[in-house]
Amino acid sequence: MTERSNTNPNYSRRDALRLMALGGAAGLIAPNLLGKPAFAQNPPASPTGRVIVGFSQEPTVFNPLMPHTECDDAVHFSVFDALVRMDPKGVLQPNLVAEVPSQKNGGISEDGLLWRIRLRDDVRWHDGQPFTAEDVKFTLELITNPKFRAWRTAGHSLVRDIKVVSPTELTWRMEEAFAPYLSFLAETFMVPKHILEKEADPNAAAFNQAPVGTGAFKWAQRIAGDHIELVANTDYAGAGPYLERLVFKYIPDMTVLYTQFKSGDIDLVDQAFITADNYAEASTLPDRVVMLERGASVESIYLNLEKPQFKDPAVRQALYAAIDRKAILEGLYYGVHNPTETFMPQNSYYYNPNLPAQEFNIERARQILDEAGWVPGSDGIRVKDGVRLSFANSTTSGNHLREQTQQFLQQTFAEIGVEMTISNLPAAVMWGDFWLKSQFESAISGVTNVIAGDPDVANRLHTKAIVAKGGKGSNTGQYSNPEVDALLDKGTRTFDREERRAIYLRVQEIVRQDLPFLPLFAYANVFGRKKGLEGFEANSNARVASWHAAGWHWKD
Amino acid sequence: MRGFLLNRLSQSLILLLIVSIIGFVVLNLLPGGPLAQFGLDPGMTQDDLDRLKEQLGLNRPLWMQYLDWIWRLLQGDWGHSFRDNAPVLSVIGRHLFATLLLMGTSTAIAIAIGTWIGIRGATHRYSLFDHLATVGAMVALSIPTFWFGLVGIYIFSLKLGWVPAGNMYTIGDGSVLNYLHHLILPSIVLSLVHVAIWSRYMRTSTLDAISQDFVKTARAKGLTERRVIMKHVVGNALLPMITLAGVQLPSILTGALVTETVFTWPGMGRLFLDSLGYSDYPVVMGLLMFSAILVILGNLIADIAVAIVDPRIRLG
Repeated sequence: MTERSNTNPNYSRRDALRLMALGGAAGLIAPNLLGKPAFAQNPPASPTGRVIVGFSQEPTVFNPLMPHTECDDAVHFSVFDALVRMDPKGVLQPNLVAEVPSQKNGGISEDGLLWRIRLRDDVRWHDGQPFTAEDVKFTLELITNPKFRAWRTAGHSLVRDIKVVSPTELTWRMEEAFAPYLSFLAETFMVPKHILEKEADPNAAAFNQAPVGTGAFKWAQRIAGDHIELVANTDYAGAGPYLERLVFKYIPDMTVLYTQFKSGDIDLVDQAFITADNYAEASTLPDRVVMLERGASVESIYLNLEKPQFKDPAVRQALYAAIDRKAILEGLYYGVHNPTETFMPQNSYYYNPNLPAQEFNIERARQILDEAGWVPGSDGIRVKDGVRLSFANSTTSGNHLREQTQQFLQQTFAEIGVEMTISNLPAAVMWGDFWLKSQFESAISGVTNVIAGDPDVANRLHTKAIVAKGGKGSNTGQYSNPEVDALLDKGTRTFDREERRAIYLRVQEIVRQDLPFLPLFAYANVFGRKKGLEGFEANSNARVASWHAAGWHWKD
Repeated sequence: MRGFLLNRLSQSLILLLIVSIIGFVVLNLLPGGPLAQFGLDPGMTQDDLDRLKEQLGLNRPLWMQYLDWIWRLLQGDWGHSFRDNAPVLSVIGRHLFATLLLMGTSTAIAIAIGTWIGIRGATHRYSLFDHLATVGAMVALSIPTFWFGLVGIYIFSLKLGWVPAGNMYTIGDGSVLNYLHHLILPSIVLSLVHVAIWSRYMRTSTLDAISQDFVKTARAKGLTERRVIMKHVVGNALLPMITLAGVQLPSILTGALVTETVFTWPGMGRLFLDSLGYSDYPVVMGLLMFSAILVILGNLIADIAVAIVDPRIRLG
């Protein structure tokens, strides 16, 4: 089989030309600052060298189908492969499949219910066994096995009648058309049937402590509480790996994580990255490449729309106009994050850049409330129909930046006759039933709305996703708009990229108008690595920087 | 002696039972639980959370969970970690060496230096050395360890480059020298507080011994001052130190929460914090029982040791 890279995405001709022009300069200046991925310039012929990646949480879950945190993703992405891979532009690329199934190539039927997957024929597990369609069937069935402690089952629970046609082909039927499933498969790593089928209890399998995958790196060892070591899989079916060893080092303290980046103990900072307050200093470090990368998460003030104070759209508009976002971003967050008007990640193909920009204007905010009939009472707080414009705001206690944001908002809101009290809770209480079952009045939260880069947000914005009203999902602000519901339903049934884009652009327009939550900013992460580490690409569709270590190599 | 041991054993079992009940209840009263961290995961549904809760057996009444846990424990099954699905004892075992290395070294430093300072302070009472030692001990006791640690890293690692900025060893280099190099800063930082404690106790204890009649007798016999101190004073002054060592014994195995975090040391203290943060109930309970057993053992060993060393004390 000819060189079939797993990762070189189908960039347009113009992109390619621009990259060629930049080629000479790319090695000298941080390539990602130019907004373009760094192509593997001259990767070595055989894997050489070692990279140590620092994490502030310890990766501990190595069965990729079990509940895990973002740091575990780094191990999964390196040791395993999924059927497809989401590239930094949000385009699905083949990984274990020979081609990404679509309605055009017949991989997905017109009604979206019948799926046919064709696999590569040259993939082997790390123990030498061939990877086949049986493994895919086994993986998908294990996720919905009631005895297995699986992580998310969204999408997987719709899969029926998985049939293995040949070692490289399988089909299944979906209970209902669900377009996001294709993206979900990018986060569904395949596990080996021949190892796990022998286990009586898949939750306690030896495999979970020493995983065997098809990925670019093989499991070597784990020193608990300290680091995990992987070695190059020289039989890797895709491009790479170029490194002989890959080490994931656990550094429990954020200050120490940064210190060890500074001292050179680690080569790359992954989750939870360099803190914003260290960004300015980090940028001046010699022999380090420090970059601001847009993340997928959006910080917003969530309003519980079932509370009488927030039912009137005028109140939401007035509050939004009374937020001095510039001051918050620059004064409190060191200017690293970006203002946004939408829930969609700014790197997404589905991001709508044409939404009206928020403007901080106290006069305008007062005017909106006056026109809507909210009149200041004797204590200066506005009242309408017996409802006092006063509410509590909650977030994780101990999060200093959010606490300062709250105090800042409290003051500007007071200027327009709105009383905001602060009532913060420990993380475990805040994000439990209080948040999930909509018991808060208003809350500040950083939320990743999309899953695996798919634009579907029904889980956050659809009426049927309000848990407090018996629904299933995470629509904690209890937003309900029939037009949005219809669009979201249509979006999950639509497979065509362009058609979907139109749908989600419109959803963002309506949501911007309705303001069910008030966006504060879109998170950016401060990435740092040693100069000379090449082939590194940031990807806001993955939760870790180490989403594609197969392409990394040291400049010789 | 046998009666003493049996008595102690039965007391200890009751104590362990009480510790386990209190630990279990308090742990489960903490809001959140092991699944809270997945609540904000994109795509995670309430159904998934409920399913996981049931699979982990967390939806059962608390008393039932406790009985299940203690019944298994009595059969030698300490349970499985929620965090990495490994047996609790193996999770603890993986972190023991790191802690033993760090705490063992720092305790040895603390005892050696602390004892010496204490004796010298007592024999040269109100001298410049004694005053400096007293002030030094106060400073060491009142400044938090993490601050010492960070300042140490800043000066000796980042500025001077003499010692590594944490970690137990350089990945890829497992030589003894490499371990020792990494051990210097954290063990010194950690021993600072212990030196202070040991020197204070030793000073008081030595002063006590010095004023005893047998010391006067020894001096009256015409022994040299050095011989009086080494043979008659120190031996007696060390007796209370055995009890102190017994109380400190558990900490050698349970580790240092803060120092291990600052120095990225993969020991038991770190494990405890991580397990607590993750609400990894089986491991937290395992660590709790482990340290409770060590405390009991430490005290027992100290009592027996004192009885052996001091013929005036009889156990029974």
